[in-house]
Amino acid sequence: MEATSSSQVDESSVWGGGKQPMNASYGKLMMWFFIVSDGLSFSGLLVSYGFSRFKNIDSWPIADQVFTHFPFMHGIDAPMYYVAFMTFVLIISSVTMVLAVDAGHHMKKNKVIFYMFLTIIFGATFVGSQAWEWKTFIQGDYGALETKGGQILQFVNSETGKRAPINDFSIQIPSERQTHESSNGIWYLSESKLSSFSINEVKHGFEVNDKLVIRLQKIDEKGRKIILSREESLIHIQNAKEVVEGANLIHNEYGHRLFADFFFFITGFHGFHVFSGVVINIIIFFNVILGTYEKRGNYEMVEKVGLYWHFVDLVWVFVFTFFYLV
Amino acid sequence: MGHETENLAIFRGLLKFKSNVQKIWGVLIFLSIVTTIEVALGIIKPEILSTPVLRIKLLNWIFIILTIVKAYYIAWDFMHIRDEKSSLQGSVVFPLIFLIPFLALILLLEADYIFDVMNENFVSWNF
Repeated sequence: MEATSSSQVDESSVWGGGKQPMNASYGKLMMWFFIVSDGLSFSGLLVSYGFSRFKNIDSWPIADQVFTHFPFMHGIDAPMYYVAFMTFVLIISSVTMVLAVDAGHHMKKNKVIFYMFLTIIFGATFVGSQAWEWKTFIQGDYGALETKGGQILQFVNSETGKRAPINDFSIQIPSERQTHESSNGIWYLSESKLSSFSINEVKHGFEVNDKLVIRLQKIDEKGRKIILSREESLIHIQNAKEVVEGANLIHNEYGHRLFADFFFFITGFHGFHVFSGVVINIIIFFNVILGTYEKRGNYEMVEKVGLYWHFVDLVWVFVFTFFYLV
Repeated sequence: MGHETENLAIFRGLLKFKSNVQKIWGVLIFLSIVTTIEVALGIIKPEILSTPVLRIKLLNWIFIILTIVKAYYIAWDFMHIRDEKSSLQGSVVFPLIFLIPFLALILLLEADYIFDVMNENFVSWNF
């Protein structure tokens, strides 16, 4: 940049940047272009989540009843602690990134290497955490029934107020029903894995156990899920058509199926950004080790990937709020 | 690249740092405090804050405002927008603060209308 300072371009022209419009180099400016447009894509996704949520405002799942797990702590109700941890990891990785950029400004190669390394480690931790979060979400924990209209019926023990897993109260009824695989049935038909209990077994177990009641998808005025009385529950369970365990793009035991769809799409799209950020960071990390930027005389490349990395953090701040808090 | 002209003050000059590295740690502490407040509020969910303001709960407004505060400090201090020319600041920020609330307003109003139609008319989701 020093080489161009002797040019004849008036410093006050070109938006105050002299030869460089807005005093940002070509690469940095293009990174800003990308960030603004990518920011608009993410806002499109989050706003469409908001659209579906407002459309089903009386039956949307409550996030801290969905994300209640923490690794290595089974059976402990830990709403949101893990996501909070993930948020901290990402913010700290942002800090190490900005420290690497700062070290690059002062041409301290070893410091850049050290901080880039930490950034990559924290980034990989975040992606791993997200994979774990997906796994837990897909597996599900209590199981539920789905009615013909797609409503989810969850089970609660009316004495303790705790959720009742269908695996605990269902009663086995001997039957011959097996998973239909294309290899040993009609070759052009197959079905996904059968649930651990059939709909009749769950219904039977429910009817026998007097303590169990149904929790609906609907939310009352205070923002809590409606829990039916035992008599109403016995009527309601007759509408059930299917057993749902865990979540996928079609069924979702936590509540409205669109919730799962948006969860997979938005956190997946963000996770993909983090993953590509880690890959780009690794490439730049090796370039720094090889001395590419030392030879070039500036560490602007670190600054550019830094911008991308901070952007990923910035998006997560919004995803965290709109998916887990609000 | 302009690092001689770093702006080392945050909170409108209330807090000044001696070096850029110190400022980064300062911003990290601030962001951590804000996140902790968010998570604590999200777990406790105080009853007083559930009164709706403009059809959205007060608690949710607090979350949204704290998020924007966090976004501001990430962009301004980590992405160094603070040190850029005001023309670049404007070109990055203005399209976003104009288009995103615009889109959100239109779609959320429409969704609220669809909810009312489904809720009050003879249409049922549960058949």
